[in-house]
Amino acid sequence: MELTTVWFVAIAFLWTGYFVLEGFDFGVGVLLPALARGEAERRQALATIGPVWDGNEVWLITAVGAMFAAFPAWYAGLLSGYYLPLVAVLAALIVRGVALEWRGKVEARARAWCDAGIVAGSAIAAFTWGAVFGNLLAGGPAGTLAGGALALALAALHGAVFLALRTEGPLRARARRAVPALAVPALPLAAVTLPAIPGAAAGGTGEWTAHPGAWAAAAAAMAALAAAVALAWRRREGWAFAATAAAVALLTASVFGALWREPLPGLTVAGAASGPYTLGLLTWIAGAALPVVLAYQGWTYWVFRRRVAA
Amino acid sequence: MDALDLARWQFGVTTVYHFLFVPLTIGLGVFVAGLQTAWHRTGKEHYLRLTRFFGKLFLINFAMGVVTGIVQEFQFGMNWSEYSIFVGDVFGAPLALEALLAFFLESTFLGLWIFGWDRLPKRVHLACIWAAAIGSNLSAYFILAANAWMKHPVGYEVVAGRARMTDVWAVLTNPTALAQVPHVIAGAFVVAGGFVAAVSGHRILRERRAGRTGEPAMWRGTLRAALVMTAIAGAVVAGTGDQSARLLWEQQPMKLAAAEGLRHDERGAAFSPVPGIEVPKALSLLAAHDPDAPVQGVEDIQRRYEAAFGPGDYRPNVPVVYWSFRVMVVFGLSAVALSMLGLWVTRRRRAVPRWLARATLLALPLPATAMIAGWLLSEIGRQPWTVQGELLTAASVSPGVSLRAVAFSLALFTLLYGALAVAEARLLVRYVKAGPEPAPAPAGRPGPDDAGAAAPAPAPTLMY
Repeated sequence: MELTTVWFVAIAFLWTGYFVLEGFDFGVGVLLPALARGEAERRQALATIGPVWDGNEVWLITAVGAMFAAFPAWYAGLLSGYYLPLVAVLAALIVRGVALEWRGKVEARARAWCDAGIVAGSAIAAFTWGAVFGNLLAGGPAGTLAGGALALALAALHGAVFLALRTEGPLRARARRAVPALAVPALPLAAVTLPAIPGAAAGGTGEWTAHPGAWAAAAAAMAALAAAVALAWRRREGWAFAATAAAVALLTASVFGALWREPLPGLTVAGAASGPYTLGLLTWIAGAALPVVLAYQGWTYWVFRRRVAA
Repeated sequence: MDALDLARWQFGVTTVYHFLFVPLTIGLGVFVAGLQTAWHRTGKEHYLRLTRFFGKLFLINFAMGVVTGIVQEFQFGMNWSEYSIFVGDVFGAPLALEALLAFFLESTFLGLWIFGWDRLPKRVHLACIWAAAIGSNLSAYFILAANAWMKHPVGYEVVAGRARMTDVWAVLTNPTALAQVPHVIAGAFVVAGGFVAAVSGHRILRERRAGRTGEPAMWRGTLRAALVMTAIAGAVVAGTGDQSARLLWEQQPMKLAAAEGLRHDERGAAFSPVPGIEVPKALSLLAAHDPDAPVQGVEDIQRRYEAAFGPGDYRPNVPVVYWSFRVMVVFGLSAVALSMLGLWVTRRRRAVPRWLARATLLALPLPATAMIAGWLLSEIGRQPWTVQGELLTAASVSPGVSLRAVAFSLALFTLLYGALAVAEARLLVRYVKAGPEPAPAPAGRPGPDDAGAAAPAPAPTLMY
C-alpha cells in the first residue's frame, strides 16, 4: 500500500476514534439537564465521562496534527475554508472543557453556568462538526443542516446508551427510556443522509458510489442503529453501546470513503501529501506508539468499568 | 489594518494567553507529583493534604492550558494556511508527535489520577501523576522543537515551493531547540516555584494571624521547596539564556541587534543595560564569549538582507524587542535572586520572616511576566519572517480568510479569554484562601504493597 493511502486511512481512523469516543461524551453533555434530575444525578452523569473526556478529545488533536503533518494542503485548506464554523467549534470546546473541569470547584450558584456551558458547548460542537462534513460532501445548505442534525442526534443517542450502560438507579432507567425517543429523530435522519454520502463525493468521481463497501457501510450503520434501540430496550446496554459505536464508526468511514481521491474540491490526496521521508517516519512512530496509546486508554475504561452510583 | 495584522494580533493574544497557563502546568505538575511521592515514601499525612491542595490548584489551571491549546493547533491552518502548506512536511510532524506521544499520555493519566484515588493501588496512582507530568514536559519539547525550526530551519530542502524534511534527527536536535527547550522548561519551573512560594507565603501570613502554630511549619516546608526549585531552575535559565544569546549571534543576528538596539556592525561592541549607559566590549563578550568579536547592527543587516532577499524591510519592531529583552532579564533574575535570598534567611530551621512571606506574594507576577517578555523577544524579534530566510509573515497568511472573519474570531477569543481569566483567578484565590482540607479521619500510613482498599477516603473536591 502506498504511504499516502496508509496515512489517509490512519487519519480516517483517528477521526473515527474521535467521533465514536467524544460522540458519547458530547451526548452526555447535551442530555445532562434532560436526564439527570438534581445535583446528585448530575454529578453521577458527569462522573461517567469525567475520567475520559479529555483523553477522547486528544483524538481530535491527533487527527488534526496528523493531517497537518501528512497532508498539509488538506489541513490548511479545510481549516481556512471552514473558518467561522471552526471558530464556533473551538469556542464550544473551550467553554465545555472549562465547565466540565470547574463544575465541581465553583460555588453552588455558578454551577448553573457550568451546566449551561456543558450543554451548549457539547451541542454546538457536535452539530458544527456534522455540518462541516455535511457541507464538505454535499455543498448546499441542505447537506450542511442534515449533517449537523444527524451528528447531534447520533451524539445524543450514543450518549443516552452510554449513560444507561455506565450508571445505575433512576438515571439508568431514564437514560434507557430516552433511547427510543432519541431514535425518533436519529433513525429517519440517518435513513435520509447515509445513502446520500457515497454519491456526494466532492469530486463526483462516482468511485465511492460504485463501491459495494459504501452501500454495505450505510446499510450496516442503519442496522446497527436499529439494533441499538432494540438492545437498549432489552437492557443489553453493553451490546447497545457497541451498536451505536459501530454506527458512528461506519458513518465516519463512509464519509472518509467519499473524501478519498478528492478530500477538498480541487485537491487530491497525492497533491496534498507530504514527502515520502516524512510519511515513512510518521508511519514507524505511529505504528509503535498507537498500540500503546490504545492499550492505556483501553485500560482507563477498564479501571472505570463499574457503574456509577448516585 | 488588514487580515494579516489581525491574524498576527490573534496569534499573539492567544499564544501569550495560552502560555500563562502552560508553565504552571509543566512545573506544578512535577511539584504535585513530588508531594505525592513524599507522602508515599514517608506516610506523613500533611504531604497528602498538600498533594490534594496543590493538586486542586493544578487542575484549575490545567483546564485552561488544555482548552486554549486546541486553538493553537487549529490556528496555523485557519489563519496561516500558506505557512501551513509550506512547512507542514517538517513542522507538522512534531505537532502530530506531540499529540500522539505527549497529549494522550498527559490527559489519559491525569483522568486516571483525578478519579483513581480509591480505584487504583497507591503505587499505580502515584505513577499516574508522574506519567501526566512527563507528558506535559514531553509536549513542551515537541512544540519548542517545532518553534525552533521556524527560527533556525535545519534538516530540510525546498522542493516545488514547499519545505521537505530530509533529516528528522537534525530537526529534533536543532541547536536552537536544544538551547530553547531547557530554557523554557526551566523557566516554567521558575514560574511554578514563584507560584508555590507565593501561595505558601500567603498561607504563612494567614496562619500566623490566626495564631495557629503547627501549620506555618508545613508551609515553611513548601516555601523552601519552591525556593529551591526556583533557584535551581533559575540557574538553568541563566545558563541556557547565555547559550541562546550565542546562538542568536550566529543564527539570528537581526534579533540580537534589535534586542541590543545596535544600529551598525561593531567589533568589541559595548553592552548598554539601559539607554545612556554602556559597558565597553560587554556585548561581544556576552554574545560571542570574545570581547573583540564583531556584532552585526540592524541597519547593516538590513542592507545585506536587501541584497540577499530583495527590497523590503527586514527589521523587527526594535523598541518592543529591546524592552522585552530587558524585562525578561530583570524580572526573571529578580525572582531568582529573591529565591536565593529566601533560602539564605530561612537556613537551618530559621523561621520565615514576615517580609519574605510578603515579598513572595509581591513577586508572584515576576516570572510569568519574564516568560511572556521572553516570547515577545523571541517571536517579534523573528519578524518579518515566519521561517527565517525562507518565508515571510506577509506571505504566510490565509489568502481566502476575510478581515471580517479574523476580526470576529479575534474579538470572540479575546472576550472569552478575558472572562475565563477572571473566573480562573477567582477560583484560584478562593481555593488558596480556603487552604487544604483537614486530614482524612483514618489516616492510614501507606505501606509499600498497600492496595487501594486501605487508602484514606477519596478526595471529593478533586472530582466533579
